[in-house]
Amino acid sequence: MKRTTAIVIGAGQAGLAASHCLARRGIDHVILERGEVANSWRHERWDSLRLLTPNWQCRLPGKQYAGPDPEGFMPVSGLVRFLDEYAATCQAPIHCGVTVSGVSATTDGYRLQTSAGPWACRSLIIATGPCNRALVPACASGLPNTVHSLTAHQYRNPGQLPEGGVLVVGAAASGIQIADELQRSGRQVYLSTGEHVRMPRRYRGRDILWWMDRIGLLDETWRDVDDITRARRLPSSQLIGTEQGNTLDLNALTGSGVELLGRLSGVRDGEALFSGSLNNVCKLADLKAGRLLRAVDQWLAECGDNAQYPPPEDLPPTVTPARARLSLPLDTGEIRTVLWACGYHPDFSWLDLPVLDRKGMMIHDGGVTPLPGLYVLGLPFLRRRKSSFIYGASNDAEDICTHLAGYLAGTGSNRAAARCA
Amino acid sequence: MNVFTKIIDNGVNTEALIQAREALTQAPEAAQFTWRASCDWVNGTHCRSAVEGFFGLGEEQAHHKSFTFDADHPEVFAAEDQGATPVEYVLVGLASCLTAGVASVAQYRNIQLNSVRAIIEGDMDIQGILGVDPDVRNGYEGIRVRFEIDADASKEDIEALVAQSQKRSAVFDIITNPTAISVEVH
Repeated sequence: MKRTTAIVIGAGQAGLAASHCLARRGIDHVILERGEVANSWRHERWDSLRLLTPNWQCRLPGKQYAGPDPEGFMPVSGLVRFLDEYAATCQAPIHCGVTVSGVSATTDGYRLQTSAGPWACRSLIIATGPCNRALVPACASGLPNTVHSLTAHQYRNPGQLPEGGVLVVGAAASGIQIADELQRSGRQVYLSTGEHVRMPRRYRGRDILWWMDRIGLLDETWRDVDDITRARRLPSSQLIGTEQGNTLDLNALTGSGVELLGRLSGVRDGEALFSGSLNNVCKLADLKAGRLLRAVDQWLAECGDNAQYPPPEDLPPTVTPARARLSLPLDTGEIRTVLWACGYHPDFSWLDLPVLDRKGMMIHDGGVTPLPGLYVLGLPFLRRRKSSFIYGASNDAEDICTHLAGYLAGTGSNRAAARCA
Repeated sequence: MNVFTKIIDNGVNTEALIQAREALTQAPEAAQFTWRASCDWVNGTHCRSAVEGFFGLGEEQAHHKSFTFDADHPEVFAAEDQGATPVEYVLVGLASCLTAGVASVAQYRNIQLNSVRAIIEGDMDIQGILGVDPDVRNGYEGIRVRFEIDADASKEDIEALVAQSQKRSAVFDIITNPTAISVEVH
């Protein structure tokens, strides 16, 4: 059996950042990766995707975006290159093509079953990412078999879909971006919209994420917010990274011909049924977006140079159809494809450890699990609002590796837990 | 600097609701409720329904007393108008649920309510229930709710109360989303 002090599972931004932090602390470790470096980015995203975070936010411990356009949005291929370069500077070996199929606890750490044989370690960081499984609602089983069905995970480009109408289910970042691309490809798109997070791309002359960073919102920690469970479940913001830096909200989609529908509430007798709550979810999102802009204004009024920036503005309300459709026939040939963009879940089913809740989600306190020496990285709002962004992985990896080093040295707070276990 | 010195009281015990939420997160089985009503035909389209017991928190529960509700149809439907119509009860249910929600959310957000009034209207083409036109649905084509709220809060905060009360409303969900119904005859 191969043995090392620490193992990091996953060579995405979170795993690579962790490796860097471990190396700096002189902790022996390896990275096990099921595919290649940046595997999900490389193989599980659509062709046209650009990051929705500006380039300057591509920052990991020891590496920073150094290109000519810090305010731009790099295509996924650019991020893959960035992570490849970063991986090349890793001091630890990255074992690619190694799938971990099981983890069990031992008296002094963890034992991993992998496709390359067993490994043992004292401490383990799980950085397998939040987007392993695309969620598909149970009602999908009721779709007529004449309708083509695929998830945002499987979507690559419009050419993959038959001609004809598309029902896109879900209006978070993936859903709105794919709906826009498909509508532009000449297909009539219907967008089923539940609760969502509206956000203008730019406000008062700056990118909205620049403001959120600046006023401290993205640095809010999991201990600062009222309801962390809800904050972690929040859908991704309606943002798109384009060369023009434009806003893509529901009004923009309506403008290009997309028809808005309520949340998909069922499929019955060949018809998709939609909730009558469209007005309410749009109102909730408008109010919340308004509060974000007022927070920027207030920050500027209190501590910034107000006059340096363009004046405050209100977002126009989201315009919903006077009477949104409540149903859409799926068996008449008008809708040829249903595209599920209902969010993603991490997959921890391979983990034989008592750290999962009844829904299979990892139980953790800012990435520190109840099991001594076991950590998780790279989940939404793990330790900060920016945890799901590239540069958020930086701070989280630093914190977790500090905790891990303390644990190995016997000074970490997990030491007590270790004795009780 | 904002300091809450004023005691906000909308008569809602949010403390207890928050404790219940935490307890039920730990024991989701106790969150399984069954609501019940019985309905007796009186005469014509006049019916009398009663609500008394329900199941929840793992055991049978009871209201303090039995509540009864007379339902009938107005004279323009050639009935005796012994009570509100069933479709009006639906409006009553939605308005009550949203209004109670506004009060609860306001209490939680430290907003003092002075008065809340919901005016609710539902449009219906009765060609549906009369079987005149099969393309017309039986139920409401749309429901409008107008809230008149006097509270110690900004317009945006009041709008947010109303939006949040819809988000957490059972009746809003029941009306906006399909529900499977099974009916048996014994």
